[in-house]
Amino acid sequence: MNNSAIGQTLPSSKPRAHQQSSPMRRRENLLGWLLASPFLIGFTVFTAGPMLVSLFLSFADWNLLSSPQFIGLANYQEMLFADKLVGHSLKVTLYFALGSIPLHIILGLAIAMMLNTSVKGLSFFRTIYYLPAILSGVAVAMLWRWIFSPDFGLLNAGLAMVGIEGPNWLMSRQWVIPSFILMSLWGVGGSMVIYLASLQGIPTSLYEAATIDGAGWWAQTRHITLPMMSPVILFQLIIGIIQAFRFFEAAYIMTDGGPANASLFFMLYLYRQAFQYFNMGYASALAWLLFFIVLILSLLVLRSSPAWVYYETELKGR
Amino acid sequence: MNRRLVTSLIYFLLVLGAVVVLTPLAWMISTSLKEEGQVFLFPPRLIPDPVVWRNYPEALTVLPFKIYFQNSAIVSLSAIVGAVLSSSLVAFSFARLRWQGRDWMFLLVLATMMLPGQVTIIPQFLIFRSLGWLDTLLPLIVPYWGAGAFFVFLLRQFFMTIPGELDDAALIDGCSHLGIYWRIILPLSKPALAAVAIFTFQWSWNDFFHALVFLSSRENWTVALGLAAYRNTFGTTWNLLMAASVASILPLVLVFFFAQRYFIQGVVFTGLKG
Repeated sequence: MNNSAIGQTLPSSKPRAHQQSSPMRRRENLLGWLLASPFLIGFTVFTAGPMLVSLFLSFADWNLLSSPQFIGLANYQEMLFADKLVGHSLKVTLYFALGSIPLHIILGLAIAMMLNTSVKGLSFFRTIYYLPAILSGVAVAMLWRWIFSPDFGLLNAGLAMVGIEGPNWLMSRQWVIPSFILMSLWGVGGSMVIYLASLQGIPTSLYEAATIDGAGWWAQTRHITLPMMSPVILFQLIIGIIQAFRFFEAAYIMTDGGPANASLFFMLYLYRQAFQYFNMGYASALAWLLFFIVLILSLLVLRSSPAWVYYETELKGR
Repeated sequence: MNRRLVTSLIYFLLVLGAVVVLTPLAWMISTSLKEEGQVFLFPPRLIPDPVVWRNYPEALTVLPFKIYFQNSAIVSLSAIVGAVLSSSLVAFSFARLRWQGRDWMFLLVLATMMLPGQVTIIPQFLIFRSLGWLDTLLPLIVPYWGAGAFFVFLLRQFFMTIPGELDDAALIDGCSHLGIYWRIILPLSKPALAAVAIFTFQWSWNDFFHALVFLSSRENWTVALGLAAYRNTFGTTWNLLMAASVASILPLVLVFFFAQRYFIQGVVFTGLKG
């Protein structure tokens, strides 16, 4: 299913007989545009238009009450050189990203590889592991606030059983980000499902041939599994970056940026500037900074990909 | 011998992982059924004694959760109808009709999928404000009627797998293009349409950020906002808090178990080729 889907990404140009006649052709042309118009309208109203407005606002000072004042690059100057919380919230977000993304990839792959060893109850395990991934939201944030509760929470109760005195997770400046990383790992099943699907797409003949050549488990993993999985890992890496920089609701609900701004994620700061202080212009500039950072990080990852991502077509070219 | 050891180890790890994954949920449910005094017992007990069912009616009446559930249901259902209808029409146009500028437009769909939504939230707020839609459910619904790029892509890929000869035969029999869409493509695409519907349900039901930005009066809140407010009002009554939380995720869990095949199909499909 997946391979065929990828193969059909490019529009097919198969000619069909009835399209020779011109009125019919014109009607199809018109109908095509008409049916595609929900996307066009949606794109204009909710994406392209807002992006232009946002760009304009980022050069303005506006608190929603008076009319916007054009102030040139002042927002960007403030953001890049004066406002210490910008750099701080970026650091917090980056810390979270660097902690959670590699763990997600390693853990997701490990579970998928174990499930791919023709174990019984595959769909049972897959269902259980995937369940938390659908439950993102306020309820999950509530649940984990309770789990991280220092005196009566599940985590510290478990640690106490093995004689460890757990930290004051969400109220500790050192532990608050690791807490969020730990919580995010609960949803690892979301990417695991994707890894599992592509693992199942690797031809078994590759492993059979490798076994005949005497390759052990590690050699097979190193030279077959990981290269074959690398395009999916690349994709997950980029999704992971986008999601980490979008991280908001758990921080808003569980710590509100505390203690002492230790969990002031970038989106939380952006939200405050926009919807609590009503600095719409400044918040727009922050949004564009976020956009460029995500874009640059994604491009860097993509740039690095020829060094480690393997595409089947390369082999055919040789 | 060695192989059997490895297999046992894998089963052990998988079961251990499943227990780790399920424990928070079990604890959530268990807390939701405890007396207040039992909540803070140490070490914690998984089985509540006695089982306090009335936590649920109590938790759901201290705040007007009935209205919040109603609002969330309105948002989700309208979003589902809008997403399925608009994205299937657009995807049909991309997959089955030939029109000038189509390929160029499809590149736009692909590009839109890469754009993060954060940049547009402030202007969207301004648009909805000027339309007088702030503090109504419309900002949470209407964007779904605009055929999201993700869904257009997913459905187009699925529609492409249906043989084009069906269209030609139907056209010769005098069927219109819209007839093909309605009588051939939609009935053959139920799994993909289900995936779109389920994803829309999941996203709109869980959506906290947009509700937070766009809604203010209590009577317009969704479940997500109600639950967040619950924390401030009844911050330490964990048993009631967990009861409200369980109730809020129950619709999602039910749909998940009912339709998990489509969930997983959809994830795999969109996840591989975002």
